[in-house]
Amino acid sequence: MTHAAPISPDVTPVVSMDVITKTFPGVKALDEVKLDLYPGQVTALVGENGAGKSTTVKILTGIYRTDGGTIRIDGDPVSFNSPNDAAKVGITAIHQETVLFDELSVAENIYIGHAPRTRLGLIDTAQMHRNANKLLQDIGAPFSSHTQLRDLGIANKHLVAIARALSVDARVVIMDEPTAALSHKEIEELYELVDTLKAQGKAILFISHKFDEIFRIADRYTVFRDGGFVGDGLIADVTEDELITMMVGRSVDQIFPDRRHDVGDEVLKIVGYSHPTEFADINFTLNRGEILGFYGLVGAGRSEFMQALFGITKPSKGVCRVNGTIKIIRSPADAVENGIVYVPEDRGKQGAVIGLPIFQNITLPSLSRTSRNGFLRLAEEFKLAREYAERLDLRAASLDQDIGNLSGGNQQKVVIAKWLATQPQVIILDEPTKGIDIGSKAAVHEFMAELAAQGLSVIMVSSEIPEIIGMSDRVIVMRDGLIATELSRKDLSPETLVRHAAGITTSTQGGTA
Amino acid sequence: MTETANSRRIPDHLTSRATRVFKSWEALLLAVVIAIFVINSFASPYFLNAWNLSDATFNFTEKAMIAFAMALLIISGEIDLSVASIIALASTAMGLAVQYGAGTPELVAIGLTVGLLCGAFNGVFVTILGLPSIVVTIGTMSLFRGISYIILGDDAFRGYPSSFSWFGQGYIYWVFTVEMLFFVIIAVIYAVLLHKSNFGRAVYAIGNNPTGALFSGIRVQRVKFILFLLTGLMSGVAAICLTSRLGSTRPSIASGMELEVVTMVVLGGVNILGGSGTIPGVVIAAFVMGLVTFGLGLLNVPGIVMSIFIGLLLIGVIALPRLWVMIAARRKA
Amino acid sequence: MMRFIPVREAILGSAILILIILVASRFAGFVEPSNLANVFNDTAPLIILALGQMVVILTRCIDLSVAANLALTGMAVAMINVAMPELPIPVIIAIAIMLGAFMGAINGVLVWKLSIPPIVVTLGTMTIFRGIIFLISDGKWVNSHEMSPAFTGFPRTVLLGLPVLSWVAITAVIVFGIMMARTQFGRSIFAVGGNPHAAVYTGINVGKTQFWAFVASGALAGLTGYLWVARYAVAYVDIAGGFELEVVAACVIGGISIAGGIGSVGGAVLGAIFLGVVKNALPVVNISPFWQLAISGSAILIAVAFNARSGRTKGRIILKSAEVTQ
Repeated sequence: MTHAAPISPDVTPVVSMDVITKTFPGVKALDEVKLDLYPGQVTALVGENGAGKSTTVKILTGIYRTDGGTIRIDGDPVSFNSPNDAAKVGITAIHQETVLFDELSVAENIYIGHAPRTRLGLIDTAQMHRNANKLLQDIGAPFSSHTQLRDLGIANKHLVAIARALSVDARVVIMDEPTAALSHKEIEELYELVDTLKAQGKAILFISHKFDEIFRIADRYTVFRDGGFVGDGLIADVTEDELITMMVGRSVDQIFPDRRHDVGDEVLKIVGYSHPTEFADINFTLNRGEILGFYGLVGAGRSEFMQALFGITKPSKGVCRVNGTIKIIRSPADAVENGIVYVPEDRGKQGAVIGLPIFQNITLPSLSRTSRNGFLRLAEEFKLAREYAERLDLRAASLDQDIGNLSGGNQQKVVIAKWLATQPQVIILDEPTKGIDIGSKAAVHEFMAELAAQGLSVIMVSSEIPEIIGMSDRVIVMRDGLIATELSRKDLSPETLVRHAAGITTSTQGGTA
Repeated sequence: MTETANSRRIPDHLTSRATRVFKSWEALLLAVVIAIFVINSFASPYFLNAWNLSDATFNFTEKAMIAFAMALLIISGEIDLSVASIIALASTAMGLAVQYGAGTPELVAIGLTVGLLCGAFNGVFVTILGLPSIVVTIGTMSLFRGISYIILGDDAFRGYPSSFSWFGQGYIYWVFTVEMLFFVIIAVIYAVLLHKSNFGRAVYAIGNNPTGALFSGIRVQRVKFILFLLTGLMSGVAAICLTSRLGSTRPSIASGMELEVVTMVVLGGVNILGGSGTIPGVVIAAFVMGLVTFGLGLLNVPGIVMSIFIGLLLIGVIALPRLWVMIAARRKA
Repeated sequence: MMRFIPVREAILGSAILILIILVASRFAGFVEPSNLANVFNDTAPLIILALGQMVVILTRCIDLSVAANLALTGMAVAMINVAMPELPIPVIIAIAIMLGAFMGAINGVLVWKLSIPPIVVTLGTMTIFRGIIFLISDGKWVNSHEMSPAFTGFPRTVLLGLPVLSWVAITAVIVFGIMMARTQFGRSIFAVGGNPHAAVYTGINVGKTQFWAFVASGALAGLTGYLWVARYAVAYVDIAGGFELEVVAACVIGGISIAGGIGSVGGAVLGAIFLGVVKNALPVVNISPFWQLAISGSAILIAVAFNARSGRTKGRIILKSAEVTQ
């Protein structure tokens, strides 16, 4: 993958956003930002959470209208009143979540809204499938136009989204965190696809917070911070540290907290946990004050196992010992009773109860302690909530405000506060810093170290190698639902981790490490 | 994180309690009640008569008993359209028992048990089989009343023991009926259950985010099952009161009542999609519906025309605030 | 390879066939063509309304006002016919459809522009429409001798062996079949119900689509209103009382998911036919008609349970021996 040569100054950008402002009640999402997209080039939009990236995408795709500034296409000002307008000038987007229809076929997903018609005005199904198949072949998709979308995995669904972008002869393709759920192999295939799109002269806006991706695939960069424009330029002219400084406004070293290990006795022992389809034969122990990392590729079965441990799903067999005694965990309520808590990856849907106020979110699993004889005692609840809100440095207007009004990072704090309030022994964190900006990441890591120092045991599921290496005392690598290996701190290296996670062996005989 | 953040103290509430109460749905509804009361007292000379008003309460007491349980169910994100059919089946069971010589205590036991069993039936389909409650209860709505038709056909059961009539026709003191007493007691019980107990908090959590609630350690399926048991039980109670009041059972008893109950709940400010609502709201809504029906009845408006008013009320009470917001937003732009 | 006959509909179709055969074993006359045609004709109103309800349910809405709509339109056109018996039937039909569509539009506007949940809207309009019947008719009936012969005769006119009523149902099925499969509007209905969030991104206006779904449902209800009062030669406040639930039942039995996005014209039709066969079979096999309600209730429960099972995604098949991925 080669980076493009510097572009001569007289080439007009395909899309030019100039002095764009967007305000929502109480918050300025974008403040006079600038963004240019050039044909045949990939521009990476870089910024922390809340920097305004997704707002920008929504403006470009016609979902939001600007409150100020001009958008130019090929130099001419345009205004988008609806997604249709954006589609008409050739702007399409591929989003993290599938924005497609499971119940329709691949061809219909590609052509919905602009299917070829017969003379009578009806949809020409035969033609639609012919066109769709051609597009699919062009991008090397391994499925046909008749496949039902719900039968495809996420990587193939992205392909359908790309085929749709091609079908409208898009000039601009926006990719919003497209590799979030892809395996390494699928990510490579996506890069190749981006190459194809570039060769076709399309302008690509690539949003990612993974620096290796950005430096791999992008030709140019634009940095936003807190809704404002910070800088742009060629990737070739900038380093990762410089980008981070621009994003964050200060230099941040990815240093992980120094930890004196005072690992205590065994707190948790898992023997033979298995599930009919998701994982099998999981065995490990966890000691007091330890941080146990779980690494693996997407689909390795880590979250599935954690949810079984927490009682969300039922394992087909397995024994769980807490402090030496066998405990049967059949529901989250059981798990909490035994001191095991789980902070899920999907903060919004699984972690927080949006619609309830902050203090009720915090006290929800602890009601038996704050209430008396089954009756609520609000004073006790506020007291508990205040204690943990302050401990986690929560930023909120009031404790009885809806948790939905908080930023992602603060919502995560409430979720963590909720579980700490139950005074657990084991806290399972599933991708704790995913989607969180780099500044807050460091805060979460510090906090995790503090918890371990206070005698809590932490199980951390993570897909970020620096985090796994920086934080874990030991690491378990999972692959395809099985434990590939267990590594101690001194054996940790990125290569070892990846090798075990992907099942790559150095010898030609194959077999697992 | 290690420093004490005493400079940043998050307040408990932003708005005062008075403001929150004043701006609530319940306050709006209360205003509507007062307005209706005033209008009615001018419209008809018979309105402000204690005995007439007492008679009027029968318009809503039975529905309200079910509405309280239904409110909790709807707040949790489910619905039960079979309640009127449960009344039919419970009433039929009681009528059948009478033919076999059952006395009042047995009848009460049967009524309540049938209600509970029907509720459990619904509960199993929704919680264990995981089916959407709207279609399950449309199915059981037909099934329960259908069983009543099979048992009773075109006939009616009569011959209820005289002591049984106490429930639906009895008076506690002066104009206050037994049903009113039940209404008050049940309202208080459900108010405490929903607003003051852990169970009620769980109901709100489930209604706002069932996955989030599950992941927070709430036994979602158990709570929902109990809620279906409660609506079944309340339907049983209502069946006892209604049958006792009518003195007879037909399979068509309480036809259409399920929709009136849902109307009462939604009118009371409970969001049909779940997650919010209060018992005081439902209480006031019960009065609204009762007063409207009673007032119109005094003016000799036929029942079916009365329902136009109820329908308009239902839509109006939800539509007008939204219209207001839309117009205000447009004026601002 | 696209399966032409989906599994769900095939099973329902088989169930209906088995049912018919069972009945025929007790009473051979049941399967006589003339009898089957009778059953179809009898079920025609349910089929037409089920098509409309299907469109509404597919977009994640529900329309509980269809029976009231039917009754009000029926009464209205009956009264018009009494007042102006010389008005041609096509005009009457057009009026019926427009009236029904207008009532559907009221539902649609409240859902689209004010975002009121459909169950609440149609609960309200259901009672309002019924009440209006009383207001315009003053509680009085319109009887057959007051209606013009053309009015009552039209649905019964036999063309090519089937009454016009049946032909209307068949036409509606064909029209809706084409619409759902081959028009942009039809496909966007599936899109809106399947993933409303995504539909916005593809430029589909979710609210507007739901609006037109209600208009379609209302129009069909209006049409059926005329057909109903003409065929039964009577109009009064309570006609088709409770019918809306039978219509929803037909859709549910036909595999249309209440969560939206899943369902088919074939399913709706088969669901309606199933209920129609049951209703007509009962008297023939000497089961009292009082069993009908319980049977259809059980059918709904079985259908929902069955459809939910088959929809469940299978667990991931893993734990094959570790592959070397490169």
